[in-house]
Amino acid sequence: MDLDPLLLSRLQFAFVVSFHAIFPVFTIGLASYIAVLHGLFYKTENPAWDRLALFWTKVFAVVFGMGVVSGIVMSFQFGTNWSNFSYATANFLGPVLSYEVVTAFFLEAAFLGVLLFGRNKVPEGVHLFAAIMVAIGTFISSFWILSANSWMQTPAGFDVIDGRFHIVSWMDAIFNPSFWYRFTHMALASFLTGGFVVAGVSAWFLLRKRDVEANKKALSMCLWLLLILAPAQAVVGDFHGLNTLEHQPTKVAAMEGNWETSTHVPLLLFAIPDQENQRNLFEIGIPNLASIVLTHSAEGEVPGINAVPEDEQPPVAIVFWSFRIMVGLGFLMIGVALAGLFLRRKGRVYDSPLFHKVLVGMIVSPFVAVLAGWIVTEAGRAPWLVYGVMSHAEGLTPSLTGGMALFTLIGYIGVYSVVFLVGLYYLTRVVRDGMLEAPADIEGEVERAKRPLSAAHTPFDDDKDNHIEGANA
Amino acid sequence: MIPFDLAIIWAGIIGFGIIMYVLMDGFDLGLGILYPFAPDEESRDVMMNSVAPVWDGNETWLVLGGAGLLGAFPLVYSVFLPALYIGVFLMLAGLIFRGISFEFRFKSKKNRHWWNRAFCWGSAVATFAQGAVVGAYIQGFAVEDFVYVGGPLDWLTPFTVLTGLGMMAGYSLLGATWLILKSEGHVQQWAYRITPKLLLAVLGVFAIVSLWTPLVSLDVRERWLSQLHLIWVFPILAMVCSAILYRSVKRQQEGQPFFMALGLFIFTYLGLIASKWPVIVPPDYTIWDASSAPESQLFLLIGVLFVIPIVLAYTIWTYWVFRGKVKVGEGYH
Repeated sequence: MDLDPLLLSRLQFAFVVSFHAIFPVFTIGLASYIAVLHGLFYKTENPAWDRLALFWTKVFAVVFGMGVVSGIVMSFQFGTNWSNFSYATANFLGPVLSYEVVTAFFLEAAFLGVLLFGRNKVPEGVHLFAAIMVAIGTFISSFWILSANSWMQTPAGFDVIDGRFHIVSWMDAIFNPSFWYRFTHMALASFLTGGFVVAGVSAWFLLRKRDVEANKKALSMCLWLLLILAPAQAVVGDFHGLNTLEHQPTKVAAMEGNWETSTHVPLLLFAIPDQENQRNLFEIGIPNLASIVLTHSAEGEVPGINAVPEDEQPPVAIVFWSFRIMVGLGFLMIGVALAGLFLRRKGRVYDSPLFHKVLVGMIVSPFVAVLAGWIVTEAGRAPWLVYGVMSHAEGLTPSLTGGMALFTLIGYIGVYSVVFLVGLYYLTRVVRDGMLEAPADIEGEVERAKRPLSAAHTPFDDDKDNHIEGANA
Repeated sequence: MIPFDLAIIWAGIIGFGIIMYVLMDGFDLGLGILYPFAPDEESRDVMMNSVAPVWDGNETWLVLGGAGLLGAFPLVYSVFLPALYIGVFLMLAGLIFRGISFEFRFKSKKNRHWWNRAFCWGSAVATFAQGAVVGAYIQGFAVEDFVYVGGPLDWLTPFTVLTGLGMMAGYSLLGATWLILKSEGHVQQWAYRITPKLLLAVLGVFAIVSLWTPLVSLDVRERWLSQLHLIWVFPILAMVCSAILYRSVKRQQEGQPFFMALGLFIFTYLGLIASKWPVIVPPDYTIWDASSAPESQLFLLIGVLFVIPIVLAYTIWTYWVFRGKVKVGEGYH
């Protein structure tokens, strides 16, 4: 059997982390949205805000629960498949990743319970405070994770002694050169994800004429948000790209599909990168535009992939196409946000079924864009695990065999498929239930459990007895 | 620069985290193992209700321990996880299935039997894997130059199968005594009936492991037979706990069995640590060999010392809120 443990481990990590990333990217944005809804209710006393907050908190609870479940595996992955990497980088990644865990627990212990279950038990102001703290907590969590990832992209503040990284400046290491760009880019991505999901679900309710007043408010809010953030993300993304050009030129070269370092480089709209022969098979591009975007001058020099030897090049086709998917969806998002503004001007934003259907379809777009973006940055770093210092092959667990890696890859796919399908199925039921108030006595029973998923009371399967029993109990 | 030995402080923190995890997740995993043997579906509701509010808090300690190991003792992290590769996967898969069945069992009627199965198998597999880890730790690992060089199934030997089964018996004992504390009526009577049998199974495994360990590990034999006679205090105290446990079950006392079962675990654990100290990656590496850089240990210590009291306070508060008996037909749905 000739299985490559390196390739299989990379596939496994990519699978597990992609699967996991879906949940936090949504909950980070949603947490802020919920805090805003609580703030609006606190200020205006309009019950529509309260209903929206209650509904989205239920969705938040389910997604947060799934994020926690899928995240447990992440904290073991580094050791099982990348033990040399873990051992070498533990002086930095150990504390940083632990701080993420510490933050998450602090958040869960102190504020999540109050947000999910304290609605009728604590004063409104305290409840609002808990919602704000949960939102801030999700950002602190992502702060640590993105610091760890950025350090692997643009390592700083360390010395290597006997093959192990020792931190000489925590400030330089934590706030490494690509950190703020990545953090801002991801923060906006989270807001966009939350915005498009809320807009899509609100549109879905409006199409069915359910809870029209509240959902109009939600949709209107989201469209304003998207109108500002979707273009802002394009600007931030551009800065992030320039930062990458400075620190990881080969990644940018792969994103542009540019093999030779040269000036007057076209912006390729379509190409089939041929890594073996170090060229593109077929190109359609806009002359000079890549030079202009990256250097602000047609005379500007754009680095080429073949500036580094072939064994230090990333997989160009994957990076090239993932980048186009991300950017394409970004422009689509801007377009939808502008269409919203146009319809609003015409006074038709709440009664255009076509627009609402488009919004429902757009629910998946931020998730695809986020995953595509991560593929660009992670595959684009290849073959480096810690950029320029440690390669994937050097970081791999030495005792790992192809068979073992294949076994767990298939295993994790199996486990996660079940979790994902069950979770998604359940989530659709929660959404379908909408803003129905749970009978008070059911809520009274549920309050015994203080865990995320328990905040949603929707039954799991179609069981009429279950409903009736619950309502009459 | 740093006036105290950070490695020892961290060994204390990690050691505390591990025993907290074992004791707390132990009884809810144990209930999962006992699940198929429960007299009826009503008892199963009571069993699950008795741990539903606290189980995920219990697993907090596992994640904190895992992350803490990477930060404080990276050698442990980078040897144990590759060496136990398959076992770790089985444990995580078990814990995941078990975790989601907690949530969905009560939300589901038609499909409840599937969630029952997921709960039971998930608990059993995760427990077995944890017991095998203990066995593998006693056996030691093939490590050369700070890198694990053994095979994928080195951890799976007759000895570790025994410790795995022993852990299943031990967690079941914790689960049964917890149930005595938290239930009443026919559920409690059932728990009273099975507890002595489980205790017998645990003591049986305990005896075999005690006789076998000196054969598996030379260092351990050395320590128990020649140095440090004080070490015998731990098995003796474990025996005392077992005796009190047995008596209290016969007298149908509600609280004592659980706390004696905890005592049995704690003293066994201390005996195990005393057998190995200060070796943390057997057979060769001590806590100082396994440590990360002092500045990293210190950096992390600040945050952990801040959060552990909060997690503890939260834990105590949760148990306080959910104190008292779980009655048939009530509780959380």
